[in-house]
Amino acid sequence: MRNFRLYYIYAAIIFVGLIYIYRLFQVQVIDDKYALIAEKISLRKQTVYPQRGLIFDRNDKLLVYNDPVYDLMVSVPIKLKGIDTLAFCKLLAIDNEKFDELLSRAKRRSYRGKSVFKKNISNVTYARIQERLYEFKGFFFEIRQDRNYKFNSSAHLLGYLGEVTKKDLSLQKEGYYEQGDFTGKKGVERFYEKQLRGLKGERYFYVDRTGVNKGSYKDGKLDYDPVDGKNISLSIDIDLQQYGEKLLDNKMGSVVAIEPKTGEILSLISSPFYNPANFNIQNRGKYYTRAINDPTKPIFNRAVSAPYPPGSTFKPIMALIGLEDKAISSSTHFNCNGQYRLGKRVIKCHFHPSYTSLKQSIASSCNTYYCHTFKNMMGSSKYKNSEEAYKSWRSYLTSFGLGSKLGTDISGEFKGWLKESSYYDKMHGKDQWNYSRIISLSFGQGELGLTPIQIANAVSIIANRGYYFTPHVIKKIEGMKSIPQQYLVKNYTAISQSNFNPVIQGMQEVTISGTASHIAIDNINIAGKTGTVQNPHGKNHSAYMAFAPVEDPKIAIAVVVEESGYGASWAAPIAHLMIEKYLMSDTLKESSRPNLEKRMMESDLIPYKYKSKIDKSLYGK
Amino acid sequence: MENRFRIDILALILFLSIAIIGIASVYSATSNQGIFTLFEGRSGKQLVWFCASLFFGIVIFLLNANFFELFSIYFYILFMLLLVLVLAIGVDINGARSWIKIGSFSLQPSEFAKYGTSFAVATIISRIGFSFQNKNDILKLAAVTLIPMGLIIIQGDMGSALVFLSFILVFYIEGLTPAIILLGLFMILVFVLTLVYSALYFSIAAILLLFLFYALTYTNKKLLIPSLSIVGFAIVFSMSVQFLFDNFLKEHQQKRIQVTLNLIEDNMGAGYNVNQSKIAIGSGGFSGKGFLNGSHTKGNFIPEQETDFIFCTIGEEGGWVMSSITIALYIGFILRLYYLSSRAKKKYKRIFISSLASIIFFHVLVNIGMTIGIMPVIGIPLPLISYGGSSILAFGLFIFTALKMDATRDRDLESVFT
Repeated sequence: MRNFRLYYIYAAIIFVGLIYIYRLFQVQVIDDKYALIAEKISLRKQTVYPQRGLIFDRNDKLLVYNDPVYDLMVSVPIKLKGIDTLAFCKLLAIDNEKFDELLSRAKRRSYRGKSVFKKNISNVTYARIQERLYEFKGFFFEIRQDRNYKFNSSAHLLGYLGEVTKKDLSLQKEGYYEQGDFTGKKGVERFYEKQLRGLKGERYFYVDRTGVNKGSYKDGKLDYDPVDGKNISLSIDIDLQQYGEKLLDNKMGSVVAIEPKTGEILSLISSPFYNPANFNIQNRGKYYTRAINDPTKPIFNRAVSAPYPPGSTFKPIMALIGLEDKAISSSTHFNCNGQYRLGKRVIKCHFHPSYTSLKQSIASSCNTYYCHTFKNMMGSSKYKNSEEAYKSWRSYLTSFGLGSKLGTDISGEFKGWLKESSYYDKMHGKDQWNYSRIISLSFGQGELGLTPIQIANAVSIIANRGYYFTPHVIKKIEGMKSIPQQYLVKNYTAISQSNFNPVIQGMQEVTISGTASHIAIDNINIAGKTGTVQNPHGKNHSAYMAFAPVEDPKIAIAVVVEESGYGASWAAPIAHLMIEKYLMSDTLKESSRPNLEKRMMESDLIPYKYKSKIDKSLYGK
Repeated sequence: MENRFRIDILALILFLSIAIIGIASVYSATSNQGIFTLFEGRSGKQLVWFCASLFFGIVIFLLNANFFELFSIYFYILFMLLLVLVLAIGVDINGARSWIKIGSFSLQPSEFAKYGTSFAVATIISRIGFSFQNKNDILKLAAVTLIPMGLIIIQGDMGSALVFLSFILVFYIEGLTPAIILLGLFMILVFVLTLVYSALYFSIAAILLLFLFYALTYTNKKLLIPSLSIVGFAIVFSMSVQFLFDNFLKEHQQKRIQVTLNLIEDNMGAGYNVNQSKIAIGSGGFSGKGFLNGSHTKGNFIPEQETDFIFCTIGEEGGWVMSSITIALYIGFILRLYYLSSRAKKKYKRIFISSLASIIFFHVLVNIGMTIGIMPVIGIPLPLISYGGSSILAFGLFIFTALKMDATRDRDLESVFT
């Protein structure tokens, strides 16, 4: 009997052994979920961020560089056993409540085995904690590159970085970005994000229960190093840019200066501006709402986003269209008795000799001349009706790049206002309107809105006598033979080259005997056109466009100063000072017009109604 | 001339293989704690204890063959005194007072108590005229096994106390009615069903089944009384299980059982160990991550990974292959021991050796079952593998004593009372 029982025992033992081996087979070989769970628990990926490309100006002056920010991370699941929280809080300069708050947030937002405990820790705090980090098991740092700036300048142009949004993440195709990554949000940072960002590297390692690194995964076979981003050079001249910013200080307006031969933007300023360093990752949280609440709209890039009626600066363009369309010739004269009568309506003009030539009409900005020109064109027998004439007029303008976005590499470009003929059909009824309804377009008022960069581009077309390159701010990308192809294409206007000469002569006359003669610059032939833009909400906008030298144009510039007065009083002096600064920078140490310069820099033209609401801290360091 | 070192080679090889796996596993499980060689830290200590048990093994083999049988009852008394002593002067570790500290050296008498009790059990059953029908004999047996169990429960070490249940296997082999084992299994079944479905539902189901059974067999009046009493017993037992479970088990004990039965999931609390242990073993795959390469072992994710949960290290780093080899070695060793017991000519030796086999079986069954989540967490070591000097030494002494008994079997008279 005993032997029998022993056999039962043998059987039972073997049975248990087989059951266990079978069960292990299930758990270890068949079911692969445990391997995945184990990796999730103990395998960590650390992203190694590359250096973002640096940004230089056209003379290789460094504008933007990297400034590391440190994110204090915590391994998930979070274990705080044996951590001296009091000392930890002291190092971080937070209180216990804040600690608990950060901790519970970190618990909620864990992502791939880690979670941000505190973001954007400064250099100093980082150094202080790093020394004692071994005491705080499970905490570690991730270093990312924030931006810093050599000059308190060019904020609108440079743009800023920000964390990728959920939307960005869901829309991206290559899957490059992860939650929390920085990406260019505005300006050059955004347009050249791909070149600037480089490639992230990765390190895989094991952690233990407390989150401490326990060595690399597979001896680092899966790891790879980051590739640094490409440096880029911009076409702006930082000296000119800063000079322009000084001139525009305490004014609302903008300056756009373009090199006509290449379309390179030499300077692009929108005022009020802000210190770009205030909008980097570390500081933007603090300043963004202030900027939003400022009624002078410092974030708004007026240079490309704000449409202004061009006013009289439009006259040279109108003259070109008139010449091309044969509504006038270079020898056409009109009588002007200080007004243009249109039935009961009277369009006023200023005092100037009555028998007005084309040259004179530009020099003394005669409204009447352009009303006649416009009427001739609209009433031309070439066209079946006003609608067709208007369409023709409009197509001349679109060949100047007006009425649509130019396609620059600057954020926030607006296409401006240039109505389709259907707009007037809707307003007055089909075939129920003619030139008299839209006569103010002829001298740049009415339903016309050009952004400063569009005006600058138009004047650079005049300087080039008929063509333009799409304005752009990129000059050089490290490791690339050329800048993007779209900026190397010559765009021709519908105006023949020969028609430019009389208009340019007229514009030159502006600075010799015309509206801007009082601020002529010695030794530089400037062709310009003033504009005084009627503003229903306040004082007139002062506008000016010019290029120089006339013989060999190197700079084309447009200036708008909002709510300030005549074009000749503010926009033109600023433009002339900048032209001098740019063209004479090698030989001239100081401006030849020091008093004018002083007056421009020191005048405060911000309307009184905004004064109390301006936050000056945005502009400072 | 007597060859003192005649020994069962197969059993010795199995013993040594398991012990070597043990030292390697302890080394791996602790190698992340700043330990660089086998001879440092806990693996070094394990090696020392292993060598000590080999030394004592040689001493045992030099002793007279009848030494143990003669002093049997004194051994038992000695180890029971140690159990009492530990209650008096022991230190508390992890809520259990199981350790006597002598300088830097600590001793766990409960590990030795199994060894001591086996002497007493062997002595009582091998006595001429012993019978499982004799109340006196049963009482004696109950006394020698329940005394150490009770003392160990008082220490607060439920796991080690449960090990004494393995003597039931010995009793069964020696003639105890299998009804006891069947009753035990039946009670476990009722216990599980009660915890899963509650005593009330269990009782209702049992009564319904009884009606069904009665309806089918109502012509056979003889079955009525037994079936009625079985169901009655089951219901009373179920009720008392529910009552005892709710009122007498500590919360962590309740949870451990509930986790094992999949009634609750508590991967961060009571189920943490088992969950992490399953992940470690499961992630080992077919052939494992390689010696010293277990990320879970290295990361200290499993508490007690060099003691009670040492099998995780084997499972993770050696995969299914090494786990199966380890289990096969154990099964081979246990079967070999039972075989050695069966070829003993003296009843005393037979019972002693089968006690050892049964105890090792119980340990392996519960410990490995626990790490793969089919047994509740009961803190008992994996024999010869788990870190622990007392455990290694006690099993060493136990095994060498058994092997010595086997080695000298030829000089024993064939027992008359088989």
